[in-house]
Amino acid sequence: MTNSDLLVALAGQQNAGKSTLFNVLTGARQHVANYPGVTVDKKYGVYRDASGKVTAVDLPGTYSLTSFSLEERVARDFLLIEKPDVTVNVVDASNLKRSLHLTLQLTEMGLPTVLALNMMDVVERRGTQIDRDLLSERLGVPVVATVGRKGEGREALRSAIRTASGTHAPARCSVDYGDLETDIAALEAASGAHGALADIPGRWLALKLLEDDRRAVEIVRQRLAGDAADALIADAGLRAAAFATARGIDVPDHVVACRDRAVRALLDGVFMAGTRETGSTVTERIDRFVLNRFAAPLFLVFTVFMIYQVAIVWGYELTEYTWPLLAHTREFIAGLLPDAGFLTDPYIRSMGLWLVDSANTLLNYVPIFLILFALIAMLEDSGYMARIAFILDKVLHRFGLHGQSTLPLILGGVFAGGCAVPGVMATKGIPDNRARMATIFAVPFMNCLAKVPLYTLLLGIFFVENRSLMMFYISTITVIFALLVSKLLTKTVLSGQETSPFVMELPTYHLPTVKGVVRRAVDRTWLYVKKVGTIVIAVAVVVFTLLQFPGLSDERWAHFQTEGAKAIATFETKMAGNAYADIATGSNVVGLINFSNDYKRAKLNASGASASSAVNDSFEAANPAFYALVRPPRGDADAKAASRALRSLVSTRKTLRREMKEERIRSSLLGTIGRGMEPVTQFAGFDWKINVALLSSFAARESSVATLGVLFQQDEDQNASLETRMGAETTAAGATALLAVSMILFFALYPPCLATTVMVKIQTGSYKWMMFSILFPTVLGLTVSSAVYSIGKATGASGIEAMTAVYFGSLALLIVVGLFGRRRRSAFLPTMAHRPSLRT
Amino acid sequence: MLHTPAVSFRSLNDIKPGCRVRIRRHHSSGAVRQRLMDLGLMPNVDVLVVRSAPLNDPIELKLEAANVSLRRQEAATIEVFDNDEQ
Repeated sequence: MTNSDLLVALAGQQNAGKSTLFNVLTGARQHVANYPGVTVDKKYGVYRDASGKVTAVDLPGTYSLTSFSLEERVARDFLLIEKPDVTVNVVDASNLKRSLHLTLQLTEMGLPTVLALNMMDVVERRGTQIDRDLLSERLGVPVVATVGRKGEGREALRSAIRTASGTHAPARCSVDYGDLETDIAALEAASGAHGALADIPGRWLALKLLEDDRRAVEIVRQRLAGDAADALIADAGLRAAAFATARGIDVPDHVVACRDRAVRALLDGVFMAGTRETGSTVTERIDRFVLNRFAAPLFLVFTVFMIYQVAIVWGYELTEYTWPLLAHTREFIAGLLPDAGFLTDPYIRSMGLWLVDSANTLLNYVPIFLILFALIAMLEDSGYMARIAFILDKVLHRFGLHGQSTLPLILGGVFAGGCAVPGVMATKGIPDNRARMATIFAVPFMNCLAKVPLYTLLLGIFFVENRSLMMFYISTITVIFALLVSKLLTKTVLSGQETSPFVMELPTYHLPTVKGVVRRAVDRTWLYVKKVGTIVIAVAVVVFTLLQFPGLSDERWAHFQTEGAKAIATFETKMAGNAYADIATGSNVVGLINFSNDYKRAKLNASGASASSAVNDSFEAANPAFYALVRPPRGDADAKAASRALRSLVSTRKTLRREMKEERIRSSLLGTIGRGMEPVTQFAGFDWKINVALLSSFAARESSVATLGVLFQQDEDQNASLETRMGAETTAAGATALLAVSMILFFALYPPCLATTVMVKIQTGSYKWMMFSILFPTVLGLTVSSAVYSIGKATGASGIEAMTAVYFGSLALLIVVGLFGRRRRSAFLPTMAHRPSLRT
Repeated sequence: MLHTPAVSFRSLNDIKPGCRVRIRRHHSSGAVRQRLMDLGLMPNVDVLVVRSAPLNDPIELKLEAANVSLRRQEAATIEVFDNDEQ
């Protein structure tokens, strides 16, 4: 770093528009990292001005700089240890009085500060004016007006940062703490005597020690020898106690009161015209309807339904237009990979296509996520998201969750359709740590998009008449389970987690801007693709390997080779004497088969008559000789006969390959594991095929149906759907709709897919919790499925009866827990008991 | 506050929507107390109870420049002046 390079920190309260202003300040080049050891995102961006490079860090939004919450500790440690050259304090200009408390805490830390008065447009609309020069003079820091949402004030802010970086004089304004000043001075002198504390602002440290701030005490203990630290801390403690006794108010309260007085003095005369706000009437009018006791639930259900309809239903329709793009990409890559062999493909080819297919299933959801994230961004920016939390907090709180758990649950797919990865990601915003953890474990129970195909498949086989009733059961029972599980976890493993109160601001309604919404939607989708993409690819490699090895035995391999040779021999016999015999036989056979398959796939992908004839033209141009065999010219009897022979060869090859695949999977590592699990899973009714499907769905849910498709294979001539095949096979094996219920329940409770568990690791910051997120649902799912299957079998219950019983059973349990789970106030009182009557 | 007969006071939890009161003091501590203060719920500040959520809990308060919601559980720890004391 040269002298002209700067490190800038953006600090501010929540809802002050700090992140928006950060985007304005730094432009598009941003990076996200983690603060060391914690799960708080560290967002930073770089820009250049005339004098050099400026690195800006977006600190977590905090109301103040105590050490009570993780965000505040992170923000404060950054300011204290990294010592940014300039701190930009972003404040909501329409709420200056409260915002300046944080400003005073920043200047107390002796940091060169720039005050960015954000949301000036709101202030101006109220007809109020702020005397910035007066405020700047009193505070001793430059004051800049900005409107982050409109991108106004960037240059002014950048130049103020540059100017402020040159001035090393501490801010002029310092709060007068009255009677506490003597204690502050004494402690400042005492700590100033220690060289090890030289880089910590003395007045700030003295004040924090008097407030008995956890982190300040920690710093002193880290830096000083035991005796010296004890002496300093004990001195501060005695002084604080003496002050509290003498003044009848304890130090933290006194500090806040003094700061409040200072803020009032600062603001005296700063506002010009209409100091009373008038602009909130629109918000009040909207809230009168939106939060009305009767209208609120209706409006909420309507909103969530619209999200579902627009993002999931319409988004799904959109994927019909985007899917061909992905299919073309696959074809393109398939063309680059080595050609397929007759019986087996080169590993590079099969692995390459396996990876492309895995990536495509994921990318197929991108349109849905773009829409979903855009809608969520609109909800957040408008201010309605906070209202949703307000409406639902009571219910969610009963079960250990939080009003702000709503967003993660919606993203996870409250109605069938969502993804647990962004759901778990969104738990970041929940301020109560215990509720946040409970939400992380509750989100994967929601019905993600990838669970739906298996449900559809099973319902299509076993519950044709009761399809919609079953779908209703499935989509609501997951919510019931999620609530019960989070209650259970809150009472047990999570009981020791830190909690904080539900104290939330209900911001004024804003009209979301197109730019802001698009940016957020694209950012989040990109993050999803990046995070999930890398994991899915890595896992796909592992699953591929587990399904490939150890492979067929030599004996079986020889068998298939003989069969293959036989098929080719038959083909060549048929071709004997045919005019096309030379082109079609010998070393050309495999090439011809591949050509024919490529052609078939291209025709399937082509939509519309013109695209279809374009495919014809390009294949004809590529290899006119082969083309004649794939699409025999009119009146060419030899070509027709050759084409028939080719079709039969292609079909025999397909059957052989499928048989080989099935045998390979059966003897593969994953198949072995699946068979090894049968003794346990038999109680739930699962055989090894289902086990393999469920195992591979751990990698990515989508693959459950695909794997089942491979395992319940059809013969070529009987062109039955997977539904019919599975139905026939499982019914023959004595399976009933009861098995389907068992599978559905297991799938609903099944551990999150690997991508989600990695996100759990990121959000909880520990592998222990990640393992827990895998093991707990597995045990729960197996227990429930086994109980339902075994009891159902013993009592002879039908599938729908079993499902109905489970549904109403868990619903009853939910109601009982909800009624008895009423939080007892005693849990809260101990904290109050500590300070019964300091002042009276 | 059934469990602590020693402390009995009029709290924000007892105020009907539409009424304005003045905060006397906090009975909470630590993080809760700090957060309440941060949001502007300081002693001697006037507060308007705007409404309860559709399920009665939490409640919405209007402060000088911002609307804030908190659970009744926390509201019960904020002592307010009786109207005639003000």
